[in-house]
Amino acid sequence: MFDWLFVSPAERRLLGAPRFGGPTPWVIAIMSFSILLIAASGLALASTARLVGRSIESRYALEVPAGAANLAALVQSVRSTPGVSSVQAVPESDMRQTLERWLGPAAESADLPVPALINFDAASGVDLSALQKRAEGIASGARIVAHRDSVGPLLHSLHLLQWVAFGLVLLLSIAASAAVVLAARGALDTHRFTIEVMHGIGATDLQVTHLFQRKILIDALVGSLAGALAAAIVLLVLASGAALAGELTGGATLGPVDLAILALLPLALTALATWVARTAVLRSLRKAL
Amino acid sequence: MGLGKARAVARFLNSFGEAKGKRVAAVAEFDSVGLRYGTGAEVLRDLDFRLRTGSFYFLTGPSGAGKTSLLKLLYLSQRPTRGRIKLFGEELSEAPRDALPPFRRRIGVVFQDFRLIRHLSAFDNVALPLRVNGVGEEEVEGPVREMLAWVGLADRASARPPTLSGGEQQRVAIARAVINRPELLVADEPTGNVDAEMANRLMGLFTAMNRLGTTVVVATHDVGLINATPGAQLIRLENGTLVDPTGTLRNPPGPPRSAS
Repeated sequence: MFDWLFVSPAERRLLGAPRFGGPTPWVIAIMSFSILLIAASGLALASTARLVGRSIESRYALEVPAGAANLAALVQSVRSTPGVSSVQAVPESDMRQTLERWLGPAAESADLPVPALINFDAASGVDLSALQKRAEGIASGARIVAHRDSVGPLLHSLHLLQWVAFGLVLLLSIAASAAVVLAARGALDTHRFTIEVMHGIGATDLQVTHLFQRKILIDALVGSLAGALAAAIVLLVLASGAALAGELTGGATLGPVDLAILALLPLALTALATWVARTAVLRSLRKAL
Repeated sequence: MGLGKARAVARFLNSFGEAKGKRVAAVAEFDSVGLRYGTGAEVLRDLDFRLRTGSFYFLTGPSGAGKTSLLKLLYLSQRPTRGRIKLFGEELSEAPRDALPPFRRRIGVVFQDFRLIRHLSAFDNVALPLRVNGVGEEEVEGPVREMLAWVGLADRASARPPTLSGGEQQRVAIARAVINRPELLVADEPTGNVDAEMANRLMGLFTAMNRLGTTVVVATHDVGLINATPGAQLIRLENGTLVDPTGTLRNPPGPPRSAS
């Protein structure tokens, strides 16, 4: 199956050119580097979206526009509802701190009406409309908001970015393939005379293709692995700031499956480049008699 | 290759396999063959002849008569634009291109411009047909050394073509053409760059191969060479057509010589 990888030294001498002399390994290395970073970003985004989605799935907030006048009664009402847990009133100071980002020092003004907020988890099956009615009875205008509704646009953006990353990986793979096709055609032009002589003495297209296929496979493998190594170094440097990232994203990291996908990408790129080159060489050869 | 095309090639090669065991009377048969390059005028017209297996032919004619084009048709580097060509008993004018390599391996070609691969040593150039034919490396060394010694280049085996003289390059080209013991040997001005002594030696090699059953076609202007090869037949081309007043090319006389 892999006989073509082990051509004899005599067959290797037929192409003559230095093994890593051309631009192909460099192009593939740049593509591999970019693909891996983009893929890692996409996978990290997916992981983040999963974590955020899981953490807010059953999380709700009771908003009270009128403020914290009946806060204790409201907290008690929420806490006493069966299926409700992790009830937590957001302190007014925290609310003012948040408002300060937009309002500046005016957020500290006693005249500013600050709404109250009670966060809680609700198991599926909890009658949230009954809870809201009870809350309205205690504090007019109180309403329950699902966290997933507020964070929905953010999750949607994260999913969109995942697809953008996937699309970029595809585009870069196509660009890498196009570069390999150009390199294969260039190699064919460089060695046209040798090919004509080989055809003239009865070499088949497959015999000629094997010579090029092996060379391009080696170029692609070296380029892919070099790009992957560079990308791994960059990812490790980025991972050193993972504590901060973890804080922001709820501890989202690349899991074993993500790492396996990233490890397979350079090999997939090598296989794609070799297949594309083989096809391009065979097509070009078929144009001659 | 598509499945249909693969089947067509397989069918074609199977029929070739059945014919391969037989020794055909005519190694090449041209039937109303014409050749033009692009949209230009025909460089070969109405070629109608047979080359008897085991014979020796000289192809002559003025410059531009179409000798090299005729040789290209013979060694399957060109397809005719009209007519039919049979080689080794098989109609090849419209054979699928994937079916041609096995036929090319039965033909040795000495090109006018040698067509040696510059970055390969003389040894590797001569060994190329054997390697293309799948001969193992252990069986390549002996015959190639022997052939290089025969053409007087034993001590130049590792030299690359650019470092060889014109005559030496020609001898390497000839060694490459005959190393596979081809059934048909086609040579375009094979003695053009060698001295008289080497020319005689090379013609001796060609006639020896001919005696062993190889059909030889040599394009040359050298009348001395023609006169020095008794029994050889003459093919004369003028303005792309064959001059064959006796008709012996159309109906080659006698049974083919048996290989000894």
